[in-house]
Amino acid sequence: MGEFGGVPLSGYLVVSAILFTLGALGVLIRRNAIIIFMSVELMLNAANLAFVAFARSYDVLSGQLFVFFVMTVSAAEVAVGLALIVAIFRSKHSIDVDQMSSLKG
Amino acid sequence: MLLSETAISTLFNLVPLIVFLPILGLLINIIFGDRMGEKAIGAVASAASGLAFVVSVLLGIALWTGAGEGQAVPFAEWIRIGTLNIPWTFRVDTLSVTMMLVVSGVGTLIHIYAIGYMHEDVRFKDDVKRYRRFFVFMNLFIAMMMILVSGDSYLMLFVGWEGVGLCSFLLIGFWYEMDTLGRPSWANSNAAKKAMIANRIGDFGFLLAGFAMFWAFGSLQFGEVFGKASQVATLTPGVILFITLFMLVGVAGKSAQIPLYVWLPDAMAGPTPVSALIHAATMVTAGVYLVARSWPLYSLVPNAQLIVALVGAVTAFFAATIAVGQYDIKKVLAYSTISQLGFMVAAVGMGAYVAGMFHLVTHAFFKALLFLSAGSVILGLERGHHHLAHAGGSPRSPDIGHDTRPEAQRLELPDSGHHEEIFDPNDMRNMGGLRKQMPVTFWLYLIGALTLAGIFPLAGFWSKDEILLDAARKFPVIYIILTIAAILTAFYMGRQIWMVFFGKPRHAAAGHAEESPGIITIPLMVLAGLSILGGMLNLPGLHSLTNWLGHTIEALEHEAEVAPWLALSWGGFNPIVALISLLLALVAIYISWLIYGRKPLESGQKDPLKKPLGFIFTGMENKWYVDEIYAAVFLKPYTAISGFLADVIDGRFWHDWFHEKVIAGLYNFFSKTVLDLRIDQQFIDAIGNGLGNLTRRVSVFMRRFQNGFVRSYALAVLFGVVIILGYLLLK
Repeated sequence: MGEFGGVPLSGYLVVSAILFTLGALGVLIRRNAIIIFMSVELMLNAANLAFVAFARSYDVLSGQLFVFFVMTVSAAEVAVGLALIVAIFRSKHSIDVDQMSSLKG
Repeated sequence: MLLSETAISTLFNLVPLIVFLPILGLLINIIFGDRMGEKAIGAVASAASGLAFVVSVLLGIALWTGAGEGQAVPFAEWIRIGTLNIPWTFRVDTLSVTMMLVVSGVGTLIHIYAIGYMHEDVRFKDDVKRYRRFFVFMNLFIAMMMILVSGDSYLMLFVGWEGVGLCSFLLIGFWYEMDTLGRPSWANSNAAKKAMIANRIGDFGFLLAGFAMFWAFGSLQFGEVFGKASQVATLTPGVILFITLFMLVGVAGKSAQIPLYVWLPDAMAGPTPVSALIHAATMVTAGVYLVARSWPLYSLVPNAQLIVALVGAVTAFFAATIAVGQYDIKKVLAYSTISQLGFMVAAVGMGAYVAGMFHLVTHAFFKALLFLSAGSVILGLERGHHHLAHAGGSPRSPDIGHDTRPEAQRLELPDSGHHEEIFDPNDMRNMGGLRKQMPVTFWLYLIGALTLAGIFPLAGFWSKDEILLDAARKFPVIYIILTIAAILTAFYMGRQIWMVFFGKPRHAAAGHAEESPGIITIPLMVLAGLSILGGMLNLPGLHSLTNWLGHTIEALEHEAEVAPWLALSWGGFNPIVALISLLLALVAIYISWLIYGRKPLESGQKDPLKKPLGFIFTGMENKWYVDEIYAAVFLKPYTAISGFLADVIDGRFWHDWFHEKVIAGLYNFFSKTVLDLRIDQQFIDAIGNGLGNLTRRVSVFMRRFQNGFVRSYALAVLFGVVIILGYLLLK
């Protein structure tokens, strides 16, 4: 198991876990759609950090490669998501996700 | 030897043609008949019958040159079940060829006669299209009769026996939607049904005889049965008695003997050629043929022979008495036929098989002659009546006013009014003086009547005399009964001649009667010739028929001790017996002249015998009320029992009670309480309702989670992930 920059793999994983937890809490706690969106990005990037850390540690390229895919998907997601948020704001004059519960059972 | 052996066997192999030529004729008429004219239809049918006659003649020649040796000609395999094997084999021997010659010979003459007769009959009855049907049925009859006489087993004989019964039914009911006077009615079809049912009773006896025969002999082939007959007779004597007596029931049905004769007078509803061919000359003699054919069985049981002879003799006498009191020209001949059949049955019963067959042949000639001449008389009267009606501007005409409606529709209608006057052309009270209008028919009828009366030297004299002589030698009682019947025969024929042809016309139609054309009279002349010369078949001293049939029937003539005057024999001819019967016949004719000829019947006058004979004549007139007695003794209880069975047992018990109450009640109860309340409502409904309730409850529970808050969904996803990951890590 190699080290990089004197920091062990576990350090990167801890940072990644913290970032993921923050993102997840953000998604669950905040009601502003944009914040939730940003929290989702945070979770994705936590995952990306874990990918590259493992890739570097095991000296394989597939982890690095996967990060590109995640970044591409999240970029696309942002494009669609922001468009949705704009559309919702236009109709409801709010981007509070709790206001958008008309599909409840 | 006239012919070589191969030529003879070739001729024998022609025998299937006697069946298939008439069938070919009827097929041609069925398939092409609608495009053929009446003449062509009649010609085809007559030719088919005539060719069958030619084949019969060839067979006769083959037999004659072959010294009378009979042959069985195998034709086709028919029934083969296990060890039972009944092929379709033709029996060619002197007995069957005699029958074939009579059937096809007389049959052909009657076919030719019918060309003329039916031409007019279908026009008087307004249905020209039925002409073809008549000839199809007639050819079918010839084919069936040929199967009957040529079969080599009792089963094949029975096929023909039933076949001729069917043809009889079809032809009696030929004008099924009217009565004999042409009025809309079911009378003719009822007569047909009566014939069918009376014959069914007889056939039931025949069938039982056949079953017993199969049980006792294991075969129905003539050869095997007759070969084992004496052996079986010693082992189980009752069986032969049983077979012969039940066969007699069949004979009584088909040959119209007491007690089943009642159908034959009603059978006169058929067109006259049918009465001549089927109900006088051929079919009704099938019973006589059956007994003659079964001579090896009857010869073994004298008791059965005596019963057969008594039945025949009593029938001969009884029917003759009824014939005296009839007014319908065909009814007189019908009862006369029953009486003459009685003579034949008595003869074959006494063991005088040849005498019976001799009388069968001559009777076929002269009774066909009489019936056909009667048909000519009837047509003459119809013509006279039609002539009158036409002259008076009446709508009844064969040329105009055809009823073109379909048959079924015509049946529903009551008398549509174009028979303005009920005129019975068969009623002798409407006749009189026809000698002048119809001279040819008169002479022909006279020949037939004298032959029937047994006047020397006509055919009837010889054949009847042979029967009487046998009776006199063996059974004096039967001789006396038959002699009285013979006297009555001469008397009623005399009565008929005086009433029909002498005196003055008692009806305008009789005054205008017209003679029949050649197509009708020429076959009659041939028959008259046969009636005159028929006695030559078995002249005393020559005995050609006896020698001929002797090749087939080898019955032993055991000579009984008889009085010297009976033992007298001029070559088998007893002049005393013959003279007695001839004198009695002449006396009877003289008496009939005294009563009916000297002072002819006036129009509307009652029968002169009515006064002196009183209730006896009333009985004769009303056929001794036999039909009424049968109606009271058999039909009424039968219909009552049928009504009881239908109404009470079937209707009220089975239908109303058992079916409606028990079965339907139980079913309703079961379906209501068990199927409906228990199974359906409690079980099947519970499954359906339970599923519905379950689904609803589950969804009520589930909708709590569907709260619409995105974040709570996200929390659920998180929990899910945590649980799955936790499981994966900790397992």
